[in-house]
Amino acid sequence: MHDLVAITSLGANAARLDCVGAVTLTEVPDWALASVTARLGQEDACRVALATLLGVELPGPGGMVAGPEVSAFWTAPDQWMVEAPYEAHQDLARAVKEVMGDTASVTEQSDGWCRFDIEGEGLGAVFERLCNLDLATAAPGSASRTAIEHMGCFVLCRTAGGHISVIGPRSSAGSLHHALLTAMSSAL
Amino acid sequence: MIINHPLLGPRDAQEFTYLGDAALIERPDWQAEDAHRQFYEYLYLRDNPAGEHRELWFHEQGDRSWLVVTRNTLTHEITHVDLARDVARAKGRSK
Repeated sequence: MHDLVAITSLGANAARLDCVGAVTLTEVPDWALASVTARLGQEDACRVALATLLGVELPGPGGMVAGPEVSAFWTAPDQWMVEAPYEAHQDLARAVKEVMGDTASVTEQSDGWCRFDIEGEGLGAVFERLCNLDLATAAPGSASRTAIEHMGCFVLCRTAGGHISVIGPRSSAGSLHHALLTAMSSAL
Repeated sequence: MIINHPLLGPRDAQEFTYLGDAALIERPDWQAEDAHRQFYEYLYLRDNPAGEHRELWFHEQGDRSWLVVTRNTLTHEITHVDLARDVARAKGRSK
């Protein structure tokens, strides 16, 4: 029997928390992700099945929605990322696949990504140093993929200007954390 | 340069990579009688217009969709942007 120790994306036992002024940068290790991609000719059936799973209408391009159990954001035409708390959804991909059936290909994504949440005032100034997205005017519920320091990251605006999640490649978690913290230090 | 993505709106060209002439979508039939000739033309012969040019761009740091961008090679003005899959489907292709 293996005796493995769970570590966060930054390699520690507990999630990293940094504060710059009143703004916090939190490592969020406890979310499960699964991607859903409609199969050719099954796009409409896929939308119906995914909307059933979420319990709300599907997000359009550049959008995200939160359902009662799981949330989802748009990643590409006919493709979405589903997210849910890891503790209650350890087998998220399998559960999503059961609902989607043959309408979509579902892939486990939890361990491919790291997530950092930034909360506080003045995030527009932080993100204009990091990426091309205009987060000072972004509506809550917008979700876009863009480049941050050459890393392709999803930037999710959870509340207007006050709570932003950055989901980036897990193998570059250290570099992404450094980039976010440096931008916070210089902007705030 | 700003590319007006049909789904996501204006995005900086920094997020895209360039492939080439949009004629690359029209891959010849490999079973045709003159397939050898057609593939020679498909692979090697390109127009080099001074003016309007239809070309393929990939939104690599975004939603990873392929776009057909109509760009003026003299002024860099972009007059039209379509999803490449819509262009291909309009030509009767299945994917």
